[in-house]
Amino acid sequence: MTVHNLYIFDRNGTCLYYNEWNRKKQAGISKEEEFKLMYGMLFSIRSFVSKMSPLDMKDGFLSFQTSRYRLHYYETPTGLKFVLNTDLSVGSARDTLQHIYSNLYVELLVKNPVCVLGQSLESELFSSRLDAFIRGLPYYSPRAA
Amino acid sequence: MSRQSNRTTDNKKMNSELFTLTYGALVTQLCKDYENDEEVNKQLDKMGYNIGVRLIEDFLARSSVGRCQDFRETADVIAKVAFKMYLGITPSVTNWSPAGDEFSLILENNPLVDFVELPDNHSTLIYSNLLCGVLRGALEMVQMAVDVRFAQDTLRGDNVTEIRMKFIKRIEENLPAGDE
Repeated sequence: MTVHNLYIFDRNGTCLYYNEWNRKKQAGISKEEEFKLMYGMLFSIRSFVSKMSPLDMKDGFLSFQTSRYRLHYYETPTGLKFVLNTDLSVGSARDTLQHIYSNLYVELLVKNPVCVLGQSLESELFSSRLDAFIRGLPYYSPRAA
Repeated sequence: MSRQSNRTTDNKKMNSELFTLTYGALVTQLCKDYENDEEVNKQLDKMGYNIGVRLIEDFLARSSVGRCQDFRETADVIAKVAFKMYLGITPSVTNWSPAGDEFSLILENNPLVDFVELPDNHSTLIYSNLLCGVLRGALEMVQMAVDVRFAQDTLRGDNVTEIRMKFIKRIEENLPAGDE
């Protein structure tokens, strides 16, 4: 049970926030490139999922998993994208991502008038609250090994 | 510091008179700062826009309304959920254009104008123009370009207060430039 990392993108593809907790393998490219790669993939998955779906969708793309990890995805109607990687034991992180949006992002950033939206976030308060929230999750427990 | 705890139980209700009077002070100051009403209208719209682009996030986080399928649903959400939540009123939705891309919000009692009488020398002032900016800004953030304006205003002698909304286009989401 563990949380690997979290990305927040705005609707233009700017990575507003990134943090990692238990990431053992790095991408081997710069973070800027990694964010672009991640956003490009999400963008493609969204359009793929909406074209391939045989039925009208409600929520669209929710998550995918590989042999080792699961990527959880939550998008708001304003186009904010929250991406959380966890291990496979975490079934759905939808509530977690929604909580980060409505109780942390909206409360601490949107309602903070000096915080410029649409660029990389610099709020200490947000970072520390988010970190505390992630560390308090029932499935956050990186094993030392 | 329980600012962001328990947001569902913590629906801060505010005395609307404080809001109304603060808004009145703002408009009064703008009328002093700018020579003509046109410019005041423009400033109110601009401020409203800046409020709207932030307010939409609060609205979505609180109401858990999803993406609207069409403009009619949008109209319903604005009138029944958003106006109720932020101003405590429910405007009626009427005067749909045949194409379904235009409608009017009729405000029975606009809380912004509770204590207002417009002096004669401000005949072109659109007192509550902030609302237009708020609506435009908020909708723009959910990919809808909409034209919003006051068609009638009781402050200027009309029988009702009417906000006219016209759908212009969907704002498409694009891959950021520089990516292949």
